[in-house]
Amino acid sequence: MSSATAVVSIPRLPASGRVTQARVVLSEWTKFVSLRSTRWSLGVGLLLTIAFPLIFAAVTATHWAHMSAHDRADRHPLDIALAGVNVGQLAIAVLGVLMITGEYSTGMIRSTLIAVPRRLPVLWAKLGLYAVVSLVLMLPAVLISFFASQSILAGHHILQISFGAPGVARSVIGGALYVVLVGVFALAIGSILRNTAGGIATFAGIFFVIPPLMNVLPTSWNNAISKYLPSEAGRQLFSLHHGAHSLSPLWGGLLMLGYCVAAIAVAAVLLVRRDA
Amino acid sequence: MVLSMIGRMIEAMNLTKDYGEKRAVNEVSFSVRPGIVTGFLGPNGSGKSTTMRLILGLDAPSSGDVRVNGKHYREHVAPLHEVGALLEARSVHTGRSAYNHLLALAQTHGIPRSRVDEMIDLVGLREVARKRAGQFSLGMGQRLGIAAALLGDPATVMLDEPVNGLDPEGVHWIRNLLKQLARDGRTVFVSSHLMSEMALTADHLIVIGRGRLIADLSVEEFVRKASGERVLVRTPQATRLRELVLGPDVSVVSDEAGVLEVQGLTSRGVGEIAAANGIVLYELVPVQASLEEAFMELTRDDVEFKSIETQQREELAA
Repeated sequence: MSSATAVVSIPRLPASGRVTQARVVLSEWTKFVSLRSTRWSLGVGLLLTIAFPLIFAAVTATHWAHMSAHDRADRHPLDIALAGVNVGQLAIAVLGVLMITGEYSTGMIRSTLIAVPRRLPVLWAKLGLYAVVSLVLMLPAVLISFFASQSILAGHHILQISFGAPGVARSVIGGALYVVLVGVFALAIGSILRNTAGGIATFAGIFFVIPPLMNVLPTSWNNAISKYLPSEAGRQLFSLHHGAHSLSPLWGGLLMLGYCVAAIAVAAVLLVRRDA
Repeated sequence: MVLSMIGRMIEAMNLTKDYGEKRAVNEVSFSVRPGIVTGFLGPNGSGKSTTMRLILGLDAPSSGDVRVNGKHYREHVAPLHEVGALLEARSVHTGRSAYNHLLALAQTHGIPRSRVDEMIDLVGLREVARKRAGQFSLGMGQRLGIAAALLGDPATVMLDEPVNGLDPEGVHWIRNLLKQLARDGRTVFVSSHLMSEMALTADHLIVIGRGRLIADLSVEEFVRKASGERVLVRTPQATRLRELVLGPDVSVVSDEAGVLEVQGLTSRGVGEIAAANGIVLYELVPVQASLEEAFMELTRDDVEFKSIETQQREELAA
């Protein structure tokens, strides 16, 4: 640190710029790509989303000859192609929570809010950036999963389904959209709770704990309530068949979007009102 | 080049902040002027950091108001050009490199990368700029915080306990930096709980204790006020002089034969009494309290957490 003893002279900055939404997005992009945790979470999310269907397809193909008719009927090519979505969403959700709680746990949020004291541009930038990044990664991931698992199964002449068949393209693309919404929802939860463990636990509670708990309710109640849970509503985006007690893909997707909007609204109000 | 000084101020009006039941800042009013270093002095827990958080809009005041350069901090279109701040609390993501930390902050204002490099060189972090900030020592962290504070070439620089964790060389560097920032015409507001540190850098002092403003004055005034009138006299006729000067407002202590310390009279007053009574003086010296003593004197009743030792001493004295 040789400059420490030198005579201090502070260089001037010739031009001065104002804070704009576009600049905050660029800043958030720099933050996003400069953390190891980001690269790991996205890498794992991508890997799981693609690897699961391939393993599933390979196992199904090699065991097909020994499978019972009942087991065979249970296997659906689209379930195989989208098997990774359920696992990949976890990585995307964890990273969504971390994108904001990581700033609180390290104190970075103070630097962020001093630079952008109006605060909301930071939330919009994080949400927009994360939605676009997860879509750009997940869309190819589900398409690769679909066509790769189909080609594995085609080698054994089993479980073939056309991308052009009714509902198939919508389900595959819907799988990516679902994960994007999950990531956005998780980010909003993280922003509300400002705590990594709390954010992840709350997300897991809503998506993985409450749905099975519904089974303890009387069937009529379960059927009436469960379809409105975020996980069930969102799942309709990538389900090919819809039972009597589930929403349509459109309504399910819109409801999931509604949950995201509600969580974002709460996050926005709290971000502006609370002491940082 | 000197910045325009019009409206370049921090102005707090009856600023108050409650955290639940606890009042951290209590009806504090002050203004911090450009062109000088203003020290913000108070014991730990006296409300310095809270006041700075209120100035930066990180916390909202419970009542009262604080403006920077004429506006609430939030209302500025380019806040990093208005105020550069170093907080006492950690404000850096431990997983990000110093360079990327500064770059992300710079990008919010469209500040070029060249400026990030300039600041890294200024604070002497060139060799570790690509290392993760989590691996930094406390001193390196302070330097990174100062680089962030100066990134936007701010009109007002506000540093919370900047010498914490710095080695002697770093402390020296900070002192020069603060003086240079003031010479540039900037408003410089620096907190410390160490009076000796302020004595070396500050021109003006704002003193708080338990969230209340105790004093707002120049450093010289501070010393004069806190030391009162105290004179050291060396005379062969100590006993006689003692009797002559003693009065309702004057006290005398003597630790050494032939030496008196007179409290409550100026050296001129003591000299005149001695001359009128034909007393020989060998030495007549006005005593200045050290800044440390002055600070202790001013904040004695306002220290929130006294050491057990201090408490015991006070109990014995009582």
